Amino acid sequence: MTEHLVLRVVSKLLIPPILLFALYVQMHGDYGPGGGFQAGVIFAAGLILYGLVFGTEAVRSVAPPRLLVIIACLGLLLYAGVGVANMIAGGAFLEYGALSADATHGNHVGIIIIEIGVGVAVAAVMTVIFTALAEWR
Amino acid sequence: MDPQAEGPRAIDIYVDILLLVLLVAAALVVVTLRNLLAAALVLGIYSLIMAVLWVVLDAVDVAFTEAAVGAGVTTVFMLLAIAATGRHEKIAHRRPWLPILASLAVGGLLVYGTLDLPAFGDAQAPAQQHVAPHYLAQGEAETGVPNIVTAVLASYRGFDTLGEVTVIFTAGIGVLLMLGIVRRRRETDPEDRE
Repeated sequence: MTEHLVLRVVSKLLIPPILLFALYVQMHGDYGPGGGFQAGVIFAAGLILYGLVFGTEAVRSVAPPRLLVIIACLGLLLYAGVGVANMIAGGAFLEYGALSADATHGNHVGIIIIEIGVGVAVAAVMTVIFTALAEWR
Repeated sequence: MDPQAEGPRAIDIYVDILLLVLLVAAALVVVTLRNLLAAALVLGIYSLIMAVLWVVLDAVDVAFTEAAVGAGVTTVFMLLAIAATGRHEKIAHRRPWLPILASLAVGGLLVYGTLDLPAFGDAQAPAQQHVAPHYLAQGEAETGVPNIVTAVLASYRGFDTLGEVTVIFTAGIGVLLMLGIVRRRRETDPEDRE
């Protein structure tokens, strides 16, 4: 898509706000609409837009599929790991209250951590599916 | 969610009717279109209308997901799949009476089933009586999270959400296994190995 000047310029302008908005949605999921899942999809949408306009090689250089697979695994592990950490701390699986002396605070911390796990895993999986589909011939 | 909202006003009903008519129209268009590219785009429009409907229903978190996943990423995935395969649907030569009959029968049964559901927004419905009041009253105090949807998803129903993330993860693994992107990368481009 080398010839579409308007698309290229507008995408370049739009992609940073999209990625930033994804981070906003990630971090404000506990106060407003959104959360890890939506943030991950929006972040991936930014990368997918990049790939649609500049080609999958560009996405590969920013987010290599091998790295994305590892990130997806780490996201899921982070989620499940928080659950196990609660068991070690004396609670039940995914009972975040055990994470802190104050159960409410522990819950909040647990929610933030698992939302990050969700966001990271979803963003990585969506991007890797895009790259795989776009390059499959 | 809005404390000032009382009953449905006339404008709400008009908006609902308009959106639902557009939704059904989009669904019918998708079924009849032979051009798969156009069908994928109309499906994106369907998701966008659905997202607006979620907003009307005050389910902003779901609307968010519907707009981002349904109208955004899924449409791109479908377009990519169509680009990799073919743009036109094969025309069926036999009239599929049996499948039509089966779907009409199942659809009729489902509609018949909805007759037993509590009325929309009924405060006495089981869904409003079971654990929901506890979540609404105690959610913020127990989790420290003002957004009750996040509190339910991540804390009260944390195990379910772990399952959802696992499903997404499995989908990614499945696509990689079928399309084999990582392995092919290793064969074609040795620089990426480290």
